[in-house]
Amino acid sequence: MTAPDPGVTFGYLDEQTKRMIRRAILKAVAIPGYQVPFAGREMPLPYGWGTGGIQVTASVIGGDDVLKVIDQGADDTTNAVSIRRFFRRVTGVATTEHTTEATLIQTRHRVPETPLRAGQILIYQVPIPEPLRRMEPRETETRKMHALSDYGVMHVKLYEDIAQHGCISTSYDYPVRVNGRHVMAPSPIPKFDNPKMHDAPFLQLFGAGREKRIYALPPYTSVVSLDFEDHPFTVQAWDRVCDLCGATDSYLDEVVTDDRGGRLFVCSDSDYCTGRRAAGHRGPMAATAAGEALSDAMAAVGREDGEARP
Amino acid sequence: MYVAVKGGEAAIDAAHRDLAALRRGDAAVPALTVAQIREQMGLAVARVMAEGSLYDPDLAALAIKQAWGDVPEAIFLLRAYRTTLPRLATTAPIDTTRMVVRRRVSATFKDLPGGQVLGPTFDYTHRLLDFALAAEGETEPEAPPAADQPLDETLPRVADILGDEGLIEPEQPPADDGAGPVGDLTRDPVTYPADRDIRLQALARGDEGFLLSLAYSTQRGHGGNHPFAGEIRMGEVEVEIVPEELGFPVSIGDITVSECQMINQFKGSKAVPPQFTRGYGLTLGYNERKVMAMALVDRALRHRELDEEATAPAQDDEFVLSHADVVEASGFVQHLKLPHYVDFQAELDLVRRLRRAADSDETAGEPPQEDT
Repeated sequence: MTAPDPGVTFGYLDEQTKRMIRRAILKAVAIPGYQVPFAGREMPLPYGWGTGGIQVTASVIGGDDVLKVIDQGADDTTNAVSIRRFFRRVTGVATTEHTTEATLIQTRHRVPETPLRAGQILIYQVPIPEPLRRMEPRETETRKMHALSDYGVMHVKLYEDIAQHGCISTSYDYPVRVNGRHVMAPSPIPKFDNPKMHDAPFLQLFGAGREKRIYALPPYTSVVSLDFEDHPFTVQAWDRVCDLCGATDSYLDEVVTDDRGGRLFVCSDSDYCTGRRAAGHRGPMAATAAGEALSDAMAAVGREDGEARP
Repeated sequence: MYVAVKGGEAAIDAAHRDLAALRRGDAAVPALTVAQIREQMGLAVARVMAEGSLYDPDLAALAIKQAWGDVPEAIFLLRAYRTTLPRLATTAPIDTTRMVVRRRVSATFKDLPGGQVLGPTFDYTHRLLDFALAAEGETEPEAPPAADQPLDETLPRVADILGDEGLIEPEQPPADDGAGPVGDLTRDPVTYPADRDIRLQALARGDEGFLLSLAYSTQRGHGGNHPFAGEIRMGEVEVEIVPEELGFPVSIGDITVSECQMINQFKGSKAVPPQFTRGYGLTLGYNERKVMAMALVDRALRHRELDEEATAPAQDDEFVLSHADVVEASGFVQHLKLPHYVDFQAELDLVRRLRRAADSDETAGEPPQEDT
């Protein structure tokens, strides 16, 4: 733990604001999947960069927490680096890249591959909290639709996908029904991650800063991806493994390695991939020049100058 | 060629240094001081204060300097500073009839009590580049001549003059008759339909460009209401608070504000005879274009209370209020440059699958018709 910036309150937000946000979180936990309006503050990071997630993290973080921040599954993406650095500065808490060591994980667009355990909190950054927004632009209408459990438009949208494309053409931010009641946007995680939310032993909090909404999934909540009996929900699968660590069960990012059509497919979860490689697993391309270059780059960037892997 | 896909702390630090160097520009040219910006770029400072919702010319000038002259970025800096400031007190409503006016014009009456005061305005300048300003050793401008007679201490508002005749709708007091606190969208999330206090606050903080275009759209038939600039005034007003332990108002300083009262036609309804209606604009600092646009949009948003049909974007409070904030809009549009590898991978995968499915359908089905 490093000393926080003495010029700012612990967690940046003032105590009254944190209390207001905690109340919104409690309400959200009490009504799983319901979007609680809250008086989102302007943060020193731009809207769209994760101000909702940052406010939630700032309100629940304590001095003995260990924070992990990921963006696209990775700890070393610029926005994750920037948010982690922000919290180091305004709280001084310990940070980690290891999913198992973290007590709080703030994420954009992924759920970690390593299963989380009870007691950990996963905080999602949410751009558009309203799952019905694309069908109905008006908040006054969508609030009514949620109140009446009137989710017909969503089913019609999914049906039209099938009629048009033969399958449901939503591949991320795939709508879920929570606790048999509210339809909820899981945030733009790939639908690959949806099953990880169901009946999970850990608390999941969702913060949308610009839209000023907080929602939550308490532990062991039913989270069902919407589908039809004859078109059941499926997740993405690959007919290949991670080129670096050989994982068969992780979400793969496509990395363009040169301008001659070269591609690598690697785990989007950098901690998972690094951990597997440390345990001796090797993928088919790990020993090639491009594989080694990518592996070195993943090991080298994202850390403070001279800082060892935390 | 290896393509680096991820950047880390070192890259961010280097980018910050690059930005700092470009912001400073040629080191042979003296650096601008905050005082120079505050004094000589006053309209930029005013806009940053107005949309930043914080009256502090020094901090606004600092924000402009730090933002490399980018006004929305400066507004963002000021907002981020403002967000955690404690609320020590709520001021009494300012009284603009007691404004020390620098400018006060009406387009509806040739002359009026207190007179027209042109003041500092670009309105009648000829927009020819003044190369004298580019020459080194700029000469000090001549001081403006003093007026023949002092201005009246209290200048009645044009709308009140019409109000005395009953020609304009009376100002609608809030439902609680002003006893309750005024809404604050920075402390409570906006709900729709939004009340006028919240609407006016959102407009006062709203992006000038967006409001200008919306106001313009009402003039071009999208929710039009035949406006007249009843009155525009700019000057200094006293800000007062009433400390609980004292029970009487105490002045805590003067601020510059701009105010616009638009007067609009209203055909009347079954219950109400034809009369003029009001649109209102007010901002911190000298922002004349902004207050005029604000007053037009405020009037357009009042369709519910005036029982008018809403047909245009400028009349839709949800549309206007949700998209007026430059910090929100700039953030969300620009977040598209953050990585979206994971979502894009999902889409890439889907498009490939759909194309494969389409290909196999084609080969399995009827052979494609030959062109004739």
